[in-house]
Amino acid sequence: MRIKSSLENYILVLPALLIFSVFYIIPFIWVFQLSLFDWDGILPVKTFVALANFKEILFQDSSWWQAMRNAGYITLVALTFQNALAFLLALACDRQIRMKNFYRVVFFIPPILSEIVVGMVWRFIINDVDGANIINRFFYGIGMPQLAHNWLTDPDIALTTVAIVHSWKGFGWGFLIFLAGLQTIPRELYEAARVDGANAWGCFKKITFPSMVPVIVLVAILTILGTMQAFALILGLVGGEFAGHTSVPVLRILSVMRDSSRFGYACAQGLSFGVILVVISFIQYRLSKRYRQR
Amino acid sequence: MLKLKFHFFVFGTFFMLSIFSGCMPSHGAGKPTVTVWHWMTDRDPALKELAKRYEAKTGIKINFELYAPSDAYSQKVRAAAQGASLPDIFGILGEKRDFASFIKAGFVLELTGYMGENSGEWENVFFSKALAVNGFNDGNTYGVKPGIYGVPIDIMTIQMLYNKSLFKKLGLNPDKPPKDFTEFLGMAKKIKAAGLQGLVSGWGEIWMIDCLAGNYAFNIMGPDKVIATIKGEVPYTDPDWIKVLSLFKDMQESGLLVSGIVTMVNKTAEQIFANEKAVFAFNGSWCVNVYKGMNPELKYAVFLPPKASDNYPMVIRGGAGSSFMVNARSSKKEEAVKFLRWLTDDDQQAYLAEATNNLPANKNSISRVPEILASFAKSMDCATHPNIWGVRESAPVIEVFGKGIQSIIIGKKSPEQVAAETQRMKERELARKRK
Repeated sequence: MRIKSSLENYILVLPALLIFSVFYIIPFIWVFQLSLFDWDGILPVKTFVALANFKEILFQDSSWWQAMRNAGYITLVALTFQNALAFLLALACDRQIRMKNFYRVVFFIPPILSEIVVGMVWRFIINDVDGANIINRFFYGIGMPQLAHNWLTDPDIALTTVAIVHSWKGFGWGFLIFLAGLQTIPRELYEAARVDGANAWGCFKKITFPSMVPVIVLVAILTILGTMQAFALILGLVGGEFAGHTSVPVLRILSVMRDSSRFGYACAQGLSFGVILVVISFIQYRLSKRYRQR
Repeated sequence: MLKLKFHFFVFGTFFMLSIFSGCMPSHGAGKPTVTVWHWMTDRDPALKELAKRYEAKTGIKINFELYAPSDAYSQKVRAAAQGASLPDIFGILGEKRDFASFIKAGFVLELTGYMGENSGEWENVFFSKALAVNGFNDGNTYGVKPGIYGVPIDIMTIQMLYNKSLFKKLGLNPDKPPKDFTEFLGMAKKIKAAGLQGLVSGWGEIWMIDCLAGNYAFNIMGPDKVIATIKGEVPYTDPDWIKVLSLFKDMQESGLLVSGIVTMVNKTAEQIFANEKAVFAFNGSWCVNVYKGMNPELKYAVFLPPKASDNYPMVIRGGAGSSFMVNARSSKKEEAVKFLRWLTDDDQQAYLAEATNNLPANKNSISRVPEILASFAKSMDCATHPNIWGVRESAPVIEVFGKGIQSIIIGKKSPEQVAAETQRMKERELARKRK
């Protein structure tokens, strides 16, 4: 009877297991297998190269590491500027302010827009070649022409422009999660602290921030994972890698696969990238755990 | 409760199976249907109209399936090849090396025999360079049996264009484009003084840069040296290559290039030229249709890129624009070949050219296309294409070279630095291939 019951249970989870295997586990194994080969994606013959693809990524592919550095920079801006903005706005909306529901909706609009659309709209806003160049016109209008720049065509500024537009698009997610986190903090804690004479900064330091650490870690991990993998926004905004100045890992993988027809190498890049993301997330998780234990 | 779950599971399984079986292709009786996959959004209505005419004539249904954009199409064809589910007729986008891989994997039918029937009746209707792009010569480095493997349906050339009205406005003779590079650079001052932009092109796309650089490489050092470089016998640090790279620096320094050219996709460049904001454009013959849609009043003409040297003649990139291949594993390959033969007949080619403003691959139809379009075909004798050189530069080298030119234009690197970087990548690629 017990065996029959177990068997029935296993049969019930079988469809989910099958779907998970077909769409996740098997492709992952296949990608790993391909990463050990030199293959053009068409010929039935694949040449086994062992770990040569990984070796090339590590020691020879400077464009890959430039893309990683660029993605790291965009992520750094997202982790600091984007998440700080999201946190501040969430704090503001958590208080009893007028029209807070309106703000919640407005702040959540950018994240639900398509990345490519956001990229193209911002290109129109800030580009002086094929766009309206609204930002530079504004600077000229207020008598500060020294602030006007070629936001997308100056190689020294283009990546920062990408990072800021990406932050504009992404802060709504953080805002929403931070707000949900803030609303779970019992109000009684604040009332008790105030009775004990704590001011606003004291409440924030001793109650809000420690209570929000797990949420901050979650948002940080989601930010890292989302930002490091960003590419559609860059395509829409800059049109591509801009001589390497705005290249990011996913654009490199696409380029290797599409232009060089090196499927094995692209798979190796994808795996290396995945490992890097997992390691970063794990380190962050461990650090936050240590902080909470303290 | 458990029984109910079990029934639900059985029902669910059947439901899923019925969905998947609904995705299977059905096989009807009667005249065969030939399926064609393509990526040409602008030509889709005209191709479907021709399919209707063909069905009315022969009873054979031609099913054109559009998968755009071209990147997505390209991936779809590769995935279909891996799953052995290619349609009866398809196109291969990419380099000659990819085309060769499709042939070697047994996916493409050799058409040499069909083309040669009746003393080459079919073969002779095409521009020779359009056909050459679809063929492999004796001793080709791809290891493909020599022969013809594709049917060109249109051709293209990539050339310089100039706006005749803006030429007049600048006080220049609208029938005399610049004859050499010095004269070309010299126009920059006048153009800037008039508040206009000089040369526009989609140089955010590496292949467009590679195209113009290739033209000048042929002009400065000749085809043998270019091919020797691709073979690894001449380094990219050779003074002739530095000269080629320096042309881009000269164009930038003279102020001839529109600002933001290195992040510009070709569609944007076309918009700028169509809106009469730029005097020159570097673009392909497909632009006739694009400009017609954007600004029907635009007055422009075509000219060869102004030569930078008298050493060798100027060449342009040209050949087959779009080609179709027949699936060698298709049960309907004979019907597919017959349809392609009909599609490339004079009348159908003239119709396609008229409806889509693309140059026909059939040379007998060229007299029936608009003048501006025909002017692109006049320089067909100067056209060349990497797919007919027998060797092809590897994509990573092209990428480093193209990005390097972008860096020269934005003032981040010198021609010498770019040449050295390209050579380093070339050596890396040569070492990889030797392994």
